[in-house]
Amino acid sequence: MIWRALGFSLAMVAVLLFPRVAGTYPVKLLEEILIWGMFAMSLDLLMGYAGMVSFGHSAFFGVGGYVAALALTHWGAHAAAGLLLPAVAAAVAALVIGFFSIRVSGVYFIMLTLAFSQMFYAVTFQVAALGAEDGIVGVPRPRLLGVDLNGATAFHVYITAFAGLTALVLWRIVRSPFGHVLRGIHDNEARMQAVGYAVDRYKLLAFVIAGTIAGVAGALYTQFVGSITPEAFLWRTSGEALLMVIIGGTGTLGGALLGAAAFILLQSLVSSYTERWMLLLGVTFIVFVLFAPGGIVGALRGRVGLRA
Amino acid sequence: MLLSDLLAQALNGLSYGVLLFLLSVGLTLIFGMLDVVNLAHGSFYMLGAYAGLATIAASGNFWLALLIAPLVVGLIGAVMERAVLRPLYRRPTLDQVLLTFGFIYVFEDVVKWIWGGTIRSIPPPDLFAGSVRVFGGAFPSYRLFVIVFGLAMAVLLWLLIERTRLGAIIRAGVYDAEMTAGMGINIRLVFTGVFAFGAALGGLSGVIAGPIQSAQPPMGATILVPALIVVVVGGLGSLKGSLIGSLLIGQAEVWGKVWLPNVSMAMIYVVMAAVVLLRPQGLFGRPLR
Repeated sequence: MIWRALGFSLAMVAVLLFPRVAGTYPVKLLEEILIWGMFAMSLDLLMGYAGMVSFGHSAFFGVGGYVAALALTHWGAHAAAGLLLPAVAAAVAALVIGFFSIRVSGVYFIMLTLAFSQMFYAVTFQVAALGAEDGIVGVPRPRLLGVDLNGATAFHVYITAFAGLTALVLWRIVRSPFGHVLRGIHDNEARMQAVGYAVDRYKLLAFVIAGTIAGVAGALYTQFVGSITPEAFLWRTSGEALLMVIIGGTGTLGGALLGAAAFILLQSLVSSYTERWMLLLGVTFIVFVLFAPGGIVGALRGRVGLRA
Repeated sequence: MLLSDLLAQALNGLSYGVLLFLLSVGLTLIFGMLDVVNLAHGSFYMLGAYAGLATIAASGNFWLALLIAPLVVGLIGAVMERAVLRPLYRRPTLDQVLLTFGFIYVFEDVVKWIWGGTIRSIPPPDLFAGSVRVFGGAFPSYRLFVIVFGLAMAVLLWLLIERTRLGAIIRAGVYDAEMTAGMGINIRLVFTGVFAFGAALGGLSGVIAGPIQSAQPPMGATILVPALIVVVVGGLGSLKGSLIGSLLIGQAEVWGKVWLPNVSMAMIYVVMAAVVLLRPQGLFGRPLR
């Protein structure tokens, strides 16, 4: 316990001080890893703990991103517009999609979540007020507590703080009684139901929490890049998050962060050498599912003999 | 709007519907048999379109493409089932679904590698290149061919599955694979066969769609979502559900474009949500849980 806390604090300090020792590009990569890591961790809460495999998690990333883009461009650069509103919007979207999706499980759940996320793609692709297929560009960064986030240092601290906060909150959730109920549902849903848990309510709450965090990640991503397009909703966004979770190790949270790091680093490395990035992604997917279903963390645990 | 226009729209919806049927029936057969939702099924559709494109480029004959492309895609399906899906049958279904998801990337990028990312058009066969007058309006004759061909395929499939010995084996396998194996049927061979057959149907629908929608690498991932919606609406594992679901979604798509052009793409999702709300297992699906 104390070692985990110490390790986490050290990692946070290292991430915070990274811009002192590295150039602009590595820092940008690190920030991208942190944002995608938040997104992947929220998916891992669903996949790894509640056993709900969503192929449409991009819906909430996109909703957060779009609401942040709209609010920041139209209502000024307030923190509420950049964070609070996107989080609430993503939570509402997750509540509605969750209401429909948790009525079914297994492959039906997979198909429904995938289809719903593509609905957002269809709508944003067509509606002119949302910039149609070009999306929304030139999104300003907000001011938070009087600090202008256009500064590189301020923005780095801002992203790091939210990634750290997300990790802590999720870590707390999976170890709470609520988290244990989720794991129980994962292992044996019928039994949890029989024991008297309102399984559907737990699943819906998990779905909303994961959706909200994904929405915040989407909002931060919009501020990071300065734009958002319908592509954010595309199945590929969900697929990348899925791959990050699988590479890292499902049901480990830390694995999701590791997976995000591996993914982003690989992407930046490979894309300068070859155009066959998609092929590589697909093959990585297949190889991990076939040969390393426990991901990096699973493989390490097997080697070192660590336990969960 | 004139009556003839309305009828033409209904026919458009019907041609899109039978196309979705050819695609989703493979999806539903594979699910019924193997309990796997093959997310790479849209990729079979795309592979079919490109295999057709290559055949036409080599021979100039559309009908030959209609024969060869399904064979090629069926073979790819058989290899995929044997090589990577079979080792996973003992693992949770999720792993198999994730695996097929990985194949979406692989197939799309390989096709982009070979043929490039540009849109390629597939010409309709000479016989159906023109248009005919239907209810006083002009209607592309190729679309009429698609409707007739699709409905004929539906009847053939029904006969195959309900009236032949092979169909009886497939139905038995869908109902209880282990028991079927116990009766002395080589169920593994049937699994491969059904997967290959489903893939071939996907490939066939890709060739059929070619002259209507042209070929481009992302087409596989794009068509996957309507196909999934069809099986959600109709009910997984049901042939009848696949047919009715396809025709329903085909009409929803077309009338959405006519009445609500600004949000037409969202129309099919509304139908899906309504069905899930009222009947989570789909119109003809087996009850869940």
